[in-house]
Amino acid sequence: MKKSLLMSAAFFVGASGMAAANSDLQALIDDPTQWAIQTGDYANTRYSELDQINKDNVGKLQVAWTFSTGVLRGHEGSPLVIGDVMYVHTPFPNIVYALDLSDNGKIIWKYEPKQDPNVIPVMCCDTVNRGVAYADGKIFLHQADTTIVALDAKTGEVVWTAVNGDPAIGETNTATVLPVKDKVIVGISGGEFGVRGHTTAYDMKTGEQVWRAYSMGPDSDTLMDPENTTHLGEPVGADSGTNTWEGDQWKIGGGSTWGWYSYDAELDLFYYGTGNPSTWNPAQRPGDNRWSMTIMARNPDTGMAKWLYQMTPHDEWDYDGVNEMILTDQEVDGQMRKLLTHPDRNGLSYTLDRETGELLVAEKYDPAVNWTTGVDMDPASETYGRPAVVAEYSTEQNGEDVNSTGICPAALGTKDQQPSAYSPKTGLFYIPTNHVCMDYEPFRVSYTAGQPYVGATLAMYPAPGSHGGMGNFIAWDNIEGKIKWSIPEQFSVWSGALATAGDVVFYGTLEGYLKAIDAATGDELYSFKTPSGIIGNVMTYEHGGKQYVGILSGIGGWAGIGLAAGLTDPNAGLGAVGGYAALSDYTALGGQLTVFKLPD
Amino acid sequence: MLTIRRLLPAGLTACLALIALPVLGEEAPSPDDPKFAAASEDGGRYFTADDIPTFNVAEDGTVDWRTFSGFRRYHAECHVCHGPDGEGSTYAPALKKSAVTMDYYDFYGVVAEGRQKVNASENSVMPSFGTNPNVMCYLDDIYVYLKARGLGVIERGRPAKKEAKSDAIQADEDACMG
Repeated sequence: MKKSLLMSAAFFVGASGMAAANSDLQALIDDPTQWAIQTGDYANTRYSELDQINKDNVGKLQVAWTFSTGVLRGHEGSPLVIGDVMYVHTPFPNIVYALDLSDNGKIIWKYEPKQDPNVIPVMCCDTVNRGVAYADGKIFLHQADTTIVALDAKTGEVVWTAVNGDPAIGETNTATVLPVKDKVIVGISGGEFGVRGHTTAYDMKTGEQVWRAYSMGPDSDTLMDPENTTHLGEPVGADSGTNTWEGDQWKIGGGSTWGWYSYDAELDLFYYGTGNPSTWNPAQRPGDNRWSMTIMARNPDTGMAKWLYQMTPHDEWDYDGVNEMILTDQEVDGQMRKLLTHPDRNGLSYTLDRETGELLVAEKYDPAVNWTTGVDMDPASETYGRPAVVAEYSTEQNGEDVNSTGICPAALGTKDQQPSAYSPKTGLFYIPTNHVCMDYEPFRVSYTAGQPYVGATLAMYPAPGSHGGMGNFIAWDNIEGKIKWSIPEQFSVWSGALATAGDVVFYGTLEGYLKAIDAATGDELYSFKTPSGIIGNVMTYEHGGKQYVGILSGIGGWAGIGLAAGLTDPNAGLGAVGGYAALSDYTALGGQLTVFKLPD
Repeated sequence: MLTIRRLLPAGLTACLALIALPVLGEEAPSPDDPKFAAASEDGGRYFTADDIPTFNVAEDGTVDWRTFSGFRRYHAECHVCHGPDGEGSTYAPALKKSAVTMDYYDFYGVVAEGRQKVNASENSVMPSFGTNPNVMCYLDDIYVYLKARGLGVIERGRPAKKEAKSDAIQADEDACMG
């Protein structure tokens, strides 16, 4: 009797694990003519099987149609295409349009939320939004003011709303949401406001909150099991989310969750990273500050953490760990492995086993990175998994009120949220990068709810002794941990990349160029200047038998703040003004979708 | 006839020269203008004739403490919207200009109370920093630094040489920050 019960229990667990992530959404994701989720697929590969546009004909690409969003400021994310309908979103006030692709983009419905403008100043880095999500006949939008709204995909009618956070204490939202199984999983922003980060699941049909996992705090808050949640193979032990903080500092600990989320239906785990601990002054928060800067693998039904890996313990530079977690199955040492690849803000690209959290590779993906000599990869070592910090570039060791100079990368990282793409055809990752360094001077600050809680002075400039530009678009081998080739760009590359089966990779530049390059060699095959700088993600879809490529233009985001006036080299001596190109010489505000096709 | 021809061009040139003169009131502001120049000093803090906080930059480029402090505080609290060195961003104005063209008390008021410009063409909201000591205790420093930048008296980047922090300034800071 026992045996058969056990067997049926095993079968039941197996069956639920194998159940499609969300059957309606998964089928759309599997259809290459659709672009049904912001990340392209649950694995975050940003790869399309469409190959009508290929490396031989992409040079002939032309503009098919355009659409003005009616809003200025930074346009991140991308439209979705589901059937004949394209869903376009905007920065604050977060309008959503449903456009009829079989009727020349006519607006079927428009949703325009009423949000208190006082949420705007509490958004650290422009009023961006990374887009809507679809599942179960509904469009999900997580607004700047943290209201989550589910809209009927056909009519735009509001089905339910939920409030996820409180702008009065600095909580806002810029991210998309992850629809998985019967839930919608969301994050929160506010690391620069002393917000304690969290990830929350809502019932997809009703909007009821199901669970919430904080980035720090007691185990009941962080949803960790002292015996079964592991970090580099070891159980994390009790209250790992408070015992590396002093006093009550964890209550305003940061670790916000504003990045990209991926999901593995077979393992039934979703993956994301947490942001910087608050404040930017490391002396005010001694300890490793777990679990800021951490890759998390959690169960979507319960929120319980299976494994974690903290990349930058006791951060001294604002290297948020929120970038994309790309899931691939690749061969490592002759064995197929389930991998997770994550190019982090801190300049290291990590490759882990996504089932166990084993660390396989941690290598610099920009040679200019200097704050660390590398990660200790010896499992027997006491400092296993920790980056070795170079004293000269340690803002903590140099001290408060001391200007630490020449740190690479700058706080905006070797890569910020702009997501990479992976091509299973080439086995390469295509990564849009920043090539910028900084001086960073921490100093003491006090906390007031809803006010910035930063505590550091920053000056940024292009990586010295290099090609003189502020960005590179690179092809990365995540098994060897090596850059295969690198395309220098005048400005940081701030768009999400797209790789296709047509052997083409697309990305956008801050001047506004939509570029297509050869996926194998990086040779430029096409370039077109859209109306404003690009910080959105390139996407593709098919309609009426024809393949299209779409991109939002609209300069803003952190690039629009830090690079608009140009950067100077603080080390070039008095009078060295305007040493590097100003973005404002190339582009102004905009808000437009441009869709490209091959000539008829 | 020849004489007349020579005269006319001369007359024309004179007229053109008059037209080419800058319209009164639109000359570039000068740091020596009594509106901006330091007229008095008290414990390392400089003031104009109207008792408005201002900068003091020596021949060799040494800046007064508040100008230096303003660089640091600006890049901690204001840079995130207004861009580096008071130069502006894609959506927030270049404060180096605001500090020169705005009245000191208006400048102070906008920082303390905030300001909204929300309409069909823009969504710009300046937050209210009135309850934030990290800003308010250093607002004179920030103002003085931005004014120096706006008048071209200091270049972009961290000022290389500065006066020492005076006891009076330290006492003010301690009293304000608590």
